Amino acid sequence: MKLLTLASQDKTCTTVLMALAAVTFIIPLCNLLTPADSPLHFSAYTVSLIGKYLTFALLGMSLDLVWGYCGILALGHGAFFALGGYAMGMYLMRQIGTRGVYGDPLLPDFMVFLNWKELPWYWLGFDHFGFALLMVLLAPGILAFVFGWLAFRSRVTGVYLSIITQALTYALLLAFFRNEMGFGGNNGLTDFKDILGFNIQSEAVRSVLLFLSGFSLIGAFLLCRWIVNTKLGRVVTAIRDQESRVRFLGYRVEMFKLWIFVFAAMLAGVAGALYVPQVGIINPSEFTPLNSLEIVVWVAMGGRGTLYGAIIGAVVVNYGKTVLTGLMPEIWLFTLGAVFIVITLLLPDGIVGLLRRKLQEQHA
Amino acid sequence: MKTFAENLFGEDDKLKSSVLADGELDTRHGPILYMEDVSVSFDGFKALNKLSLYIDAGELRCVIGPNGAGKTTMMDVITGKTRPDVGSVFFGQTIDLLKMDEPAIAQVGIGRKFQKPSVFDALTVFENLELALKADKRTWQTLFFRLSGEQRDRIGAVLETVGLSAFAKERAGILSHGQKQWLEIGMLLMQEPKVMLVDEPIAGMTHQEIERTAELLLSLQGERSLVVVEHDMEFVRSIAKKVTVLHEGTVLTEGTMDEVQNDPRVIQVYLGG
Ligand SMILES: Nc1ncnc2c1ncn2[C@@H]1O[C@H](COP(=O)(O)OP(=O)(O)OP(=O)(O)O)[C@@H](O)[C@H]1O
Ligand SMILES: [Mg+2]
Repeated sequence: MKLLTLASQDKTCTTVLMALAAVTFIIPLCNLLTPADSPLHFSAYTVSLIGKYLTFALLGMSLDLVWGYCGILALGHGAFFALGGYAMGMYLMRQIGTRGVYGDPLLPDFMVFLNWKELPWYWLGFDHFGFALLMVLLAPGILAFVFGWLAFRSRVTGVYLSIITQALTYALLLAFFRNEMGFGGNNGLTDFKDILGFNIQSEAVRSVLLFLSGFSLIGAFLLCRWIVNTKLGRVVTAIRDQESRVRFLGYRVEMFKLWIFVFAAMLAGVAGALYVPQVGIINPSEFTPLNSLEIVVWVAMGGRGTLYGAIIGAVVVNYGKTVLTGLMPEIWLFTLGAVFIVITLLLPDGIVGLLRRKLQEQHA
Repeated sequence: MKTFAENLFGEDDKLKSSVLADGELDTRHGPILYMEDVSVSFDGFKALNKLSLYIDAGELRCVIGPNGAGKTTMMDVITGKTRPDVGSVFFGQTIDLLKMDEPAIAQVGIGRKFQKPSVFDALTVFENLELALKADKRTWQTLFFRLSGEQRDRIGAVLETVGLSAFAKERAGILSHGQKQWLEIGMLLMQEPKVMLVDEPIAGMTHQEIERTAELLLSLQGERSLVVVEHDMEFVRSIAKKVTVLHEGTVLTEGTMDEVQNDPRVIQVYLGG
């Protein structure tokens, strides 16, 4: 009930949802139904690009849950995205089979290259899609659980927490760079061939992946929206505003933070898993602390604490990135920094805040 | 006056079953809350100095004392916010509060209203009360929590009691100082604690509101134990049976309002001797 009224009150939110639904259904349908030379046909590049934006939107939204609603400025959220991506990447590697350069039926190329004779134990099971999907959720989930358990219980908050989340993703970056870790070192995992037996490069698969990305995003949005409107959502908001006060009402603040943190990490993992087959590679650079900072910029840009703001922010910033890196790659980082400063100073509520104000003025 | 109590803690008080199994809180042989020889120091400064305090079940105790006497710090110790250097704090005979953290102490039945009204500005008045409502406060249970009709009625009754019915759907952030005080008192009522610690409840209230607060607090004694800290002597006189005077972190004297007001030491402390 409340969800519906909220959605109808908020034009921007409804517009975003409609646009998402349109992209999710129309692009794949067009591509599956029209011949390649039709004007209604989207290029493989465009399809993958949009699919990628959708996974970023999901990632941004998951951070909004943690930051916008619970007030935890997590600067290592990209790590969970990367872990989900690696879990999917491992499945895709196992799908290659004998088609690798070395033709080893069991070992991925990089392991053959390292002279490994056996598949490490933590690669077992990844030839099953279902197992890989489970790991897409569990790997980020467990890491978030352990990290959050330690951090929240010892009541690390604010800037200290932000710093250790950066340290977390940096540590993972270094670890995944090492060849001995068995995740392909700095090349990561790539040269994927099939997913569930279908050619991963094919247009149909790309369309389906885009569809799944959009579908997951819409589903996750509705789920998140439901969560923030439950009592747990209100406790989490209360924690954001007055953490210690919540304790005196009998709530275990650390458990609530942990719950939301783990849930968001799993969503980020799903985003990563959808991202990897669409870009065709996962490597340690996904763990770069800078990546995690970028997610924060998306959310700030869109407007935090709204969920759909993060979606807008992720798409806008990444579209800008695509355009700019095409024109002048060297200025992207400066632009990003400048954008962040401008938002912080001039648009504390991001694009959504701006749109809301405009709408209000229209009504007045 | 009676209506408050009936409204709030009437016959069908089914919510009473809590984390605490019946009988666990043993107050048969003494006070419901006691602190003994509790000392707290901040950087060498003794905010509490061998403070001992005994609160009986159902009692309404007023605590007065000049600024910095340690009244708020005393509540901080009881509710787990501040760890004392030495001393013991027990709830009933068996529950050692010093071994528990804030949520555990809250769940066992000690509620608190803060000196500076602290409500959740981003939430509505109704939602503030809903958060405080006595319920299973674990994560999954909170996620799937649904207000029962009974609980909704209780929130309605408390809204009525604290005079905020008209504001139920407003964000708490827009309330005046006095209204926030009321809301926080309402939250305390929702928690149904056995002991209520009420720190300076009437600051920012109108004369009428002050009278209503006095009425409310009086109606709660017996069912609950209350510790009320207040500077307003007229107000204290209107509700107090027994008054404890704190000074420099320790109990200066205890007695009826007349007794303590005529105590030369108290006069000296208050006149800044
Ligand atoms: N966290 C803290 N760190 C340092 N000093 C503190 C802290 N908390 C309280 N104090 C000091 O301890 C003393 C007692 O403070 P407390 O707040 O308990 O007094 P109070 O009796 O509640 O006074 P008031 O009537 O002004 O509210 C004060 O001198 C205060 O400055
Ligand atoms: Mg005080």
